[in-house]
Amino acid sequence: MSDQNDPMAEIRASFFIECEELMEALQDGLQELDDGSEEPETINVVFRAVHSIKGGAGAFGLEALVRFAHRYETVLDEVRNGSLQPDSEAMKLFFLAADHLSDLVRACRDETELDEATSDELLTRLDALLGEDGGSEEVEPEEFEVQGLSLALDLPDLDVDDTEANDSTLYTVRFKPEQELFATGNEPLMLLRNLCDLGEATVRCNFDDLPSLTDLAPETPYVEWIIELKTEAAEPEIRDIFEFVDGLCELEITGPQGEAAAPAPDAPAEEPPAPPEPAAEAADPAPAPEPPANVVPMGNKEPPAPETAKEPEAEKKPATPAAKSVVRVDLERIERLVNLVGELVINQAMLSQSLDEAGLSPHSDAMNGLEEFQRLTRDIQDSVMMIRAQPVKSLFQRMSRIVRESSAAVEKEVRLVTEGEATEVDKTVIERLADPLTHMIRNAVDHGLEATEKREELGKSRAGTVTLTAAHRSGRVIIEVADDGAGINRKRVQEIAANKGLISPDAQLSDSEIDNLLFLPGFSTAKQVSNLSGRGVGMDVVKTSIQSLGGRITINSEPGKGTTFSISLPLTLAVLDGMVVNVAEETLVLPLNVVVETLSLGPDDVQMLRPGNYVVRWRGGFVPLYDLGVMLGYRSHRKTDPGSIVLLIVLEDGSRAALVIDGIQDQRQVVIKGLDDSFYRAPGIAAATILGDGQIALILDPADVISGMGHIRGTDLMLSERKIANE
Amino acid sequence: MSEQGQNKDLELLTFRVADQEYSLDIMSVREIRGWTRTTPMPHAPDYMRGVINLRGTVLPVMDLARRLNLPSQETNERNVIIVVKLSGTLTGLLVDAVSDIVAITEDDLQPPPDISSDPQMSVVRSLTVIDDQMIRVLDLAAVVPVSSDEAA
Repeated sequence: MSDQNDPMAEIRASFFIECEELMEALQDGLQELDDGSEEPETINVVFRAVHSIKGGAGAFGLEALVRFAHRYETVLDEVRNGSLQPDSEAMKLFFLAADHLSDLVRACRDETELDEATSDELLTRLDALLGEDGGSEEVEPEEFEVQGLSLALDLPDLDVDDTEANDSTLYTVRFKPEQELFATGNEPLMLLRNLCDLGEATVRCNFDDLPSLTDLAPETPYVEWIIELKTEAAEPEIRDIFEFVDGLCELEITGPQGEAAAPAPDAPAEEPPAPPEPAAEAADPAPAPEPPANVVPMGNKEPPAPETAKEPEAEKKPATPAAKSVVRVDLERIERLVNLVGELVINQAMLSQSLDEAGLSPHSDAMNGLEEFQRLTRDIQDSVMMIRAQPVKSLFQRMSRIVRESSAAVEKEVRLVTEGEATEVDKTVIERLADPLTHMIRNAVDHGLEATEKREELGKSRAGTVTLTAAHRSGRVIIEVADDGAGINRKRVQEIAANKGLISPDAQLSDSEIDNLLFLPGFSTAKQVSNLSGRGVGMDVVKTSIQSLGGRITINSEPGKGTTFSISLPLTLAVLDGMVVNVAEETLVLPLNVVVETLSLGPDDVQMLRPGNYVVRWRGGFVPLYDLGVMLGYRSHRKTDPGSIVLLIVLEDGSRAALVIDGIQDQRQVVIKGLDDSFYRAPGIAAATILGDGQIALILDPADVISGMGHIRGTDLMLSERKIANE
Repeated sequence: MSEQGQNKDLELLTFRVADQEYSLDIMSVREIRGWTRTTPMPHAPDYMRGVINLRGTVLPVMDLARRLNLPSQETNERNVIIVVKLSGTLTGLLVDAVSDIVAITEDDLQPPPDISSDPQMSVVRSLTVIDDQMIRVLDLAAVVPVSSDEAA
């Protein structure tokens, strides 16, 4: 029987995945309610999410989860039918309960200790909302177990009452599984249990066919069961239990008059026409949904919601026409596909190079074919990337929980505002953003915002606001965490950095240089180490993890108004539209999206701002001019002769720069190959790629190259010095 | 790499760096490649020669001579890149030429004399003599800098 564990484990796993989706819907719904949504569908979604979790949990015998979900659901039901108007306190409690529910789900999934104390506390508070009639709701776990399994059965069992009297009848069921029944992962025990749930049953196992041990073929089933069932249910109902093993077993059901019922295989024919009448017979103890108010009407009465996307998650039956159909795919498979597409792109570049070298005419069939091939590759690539893209919503929802918890821990009132939840980002990026973002949110709540009283003194709103924004800009994803707190206390930051020996005491630092001190390892400004942040892991960890994603992080702080941390990330980790350029014998790739224009320097275009700093005149304005070769250390003398080629780039913060290069080779897609930066991370280099000739070209991060001239590089140098000291 | 038992057989890959004989435990060697042009990394330490394409992955290559503070030789056709694996990370070591593979036992190894002032010796794990020639066995973990989080 242990063989049966595997399919169960799979079903379990998919239940927990479903739970995650349901939790998302639940959080969404609560948020909408909290924002004052009057839409009746909103509370329905909330209710259904909890209900579905309960149903699933029942099927897996997760009683603690069932118990909590049930009482939670009861309260939500009161809200749904209008007898309870949740105030803001109640909403807070609902959020807490949702958080706890998600904890319970996780604990059940990982089979870790359940936090019963919190369950009980929250339940008491939930029950208090119900008033006097709340107490009467008692939990009967077995009821739900049946319910979870029988969701699919509610149609066929309804015609029972017409055909049969309410009196119990005695059926004899003979059930002999065939080999395929086991091969398809069915479990006779489950069927027998379901059967026993219909009424009083006596189960007898018939071993007569069992051969001696020497003749026994281990995979051939020999036994049959004979069940005498005393039930009020009608025969079709009994047959329903065996619906999924139809044709995989010998099944005989003998009715009360002793006449054998039709053999199993053709049984299903009589089921579909069953009229979907509500189960009116209260006396019917069949496994039909026990609290009829909850289950049956949901599918039938309510019109499809306007936000249909949530519908299929909440209901087992995929009913709504607008619902998207979704396939769950193992991430590994997608990963493999992405890698293959990457190889395809490299291969295509090599092919195109060798065709070029073969000197074929651009109008030849081969070249035309190649062009077609390039287009297809690009389409494939885009589609593959789309598979991996996911809205950041799930991530933001997790953050709203962080805000709730951390604000409660430091006793501040905090409101989280999220914008751009639909922004799509590569799944890997989303996953790896969770930790840094959590840390930043906690920081914002703990250090960023002032204490509530202080805010009132300053004439600010009592509740602080943390804003979480996601947006696409210049082909990158920008995620911002902003608070409306006091801003960075630069004087103190500098003091602390000096005290810790991170900078020399008399260092003259600009505001942004001071802000960037926060990213130094071992820096923590909190006067007291609260249990929330300040555990020694600081913003340097955040910075490192962002950088490992090919992103960067910047701070913008205004005294008295707040601090904004911006994370800028590449859209995808796999492919880039690049401009391939030559700089001092080397081939480099620039992200195409930053390049606005290419210029050829005229005799009077370059002006010296001060020694070493040049600007170039562009459309009536001046843009700082940098020589890439010099900046990357490829050559020592700048090259600003007239006729030099200059790329005008614009960065995501809107600033412009002009880069001197030696020549432009090509514009093409390149596959991003991560650089193993375990012992050296080159400033200004985001990644590498492989060119058509098999050589490696480095991919520039223009913003990093330029800021490399300033403070960022300074801190990086300090970092690398420390690294050396560690060795 | 350093936790071999006693009397255990050991195979060393010996190679020349700046006219001196060095060796590595062959178990850490993944492959040996002929010299190809490296793509230099900007502002890298001088012993970082750059990166090469190793069948689709980017392999950092280190000039072992410079890493050991030996006079760096002109690169020529006979130079090879020894690809080594250390805690899951591949690194290329540029050496003058590969000499031989020798089998010895742990007993044949002797600790290097304690000349702590010599920074070059800190990367030499032990010494052995083969055909009257002293061969230094490199401590790979000391040669290849580990990433910062591992060091922390």
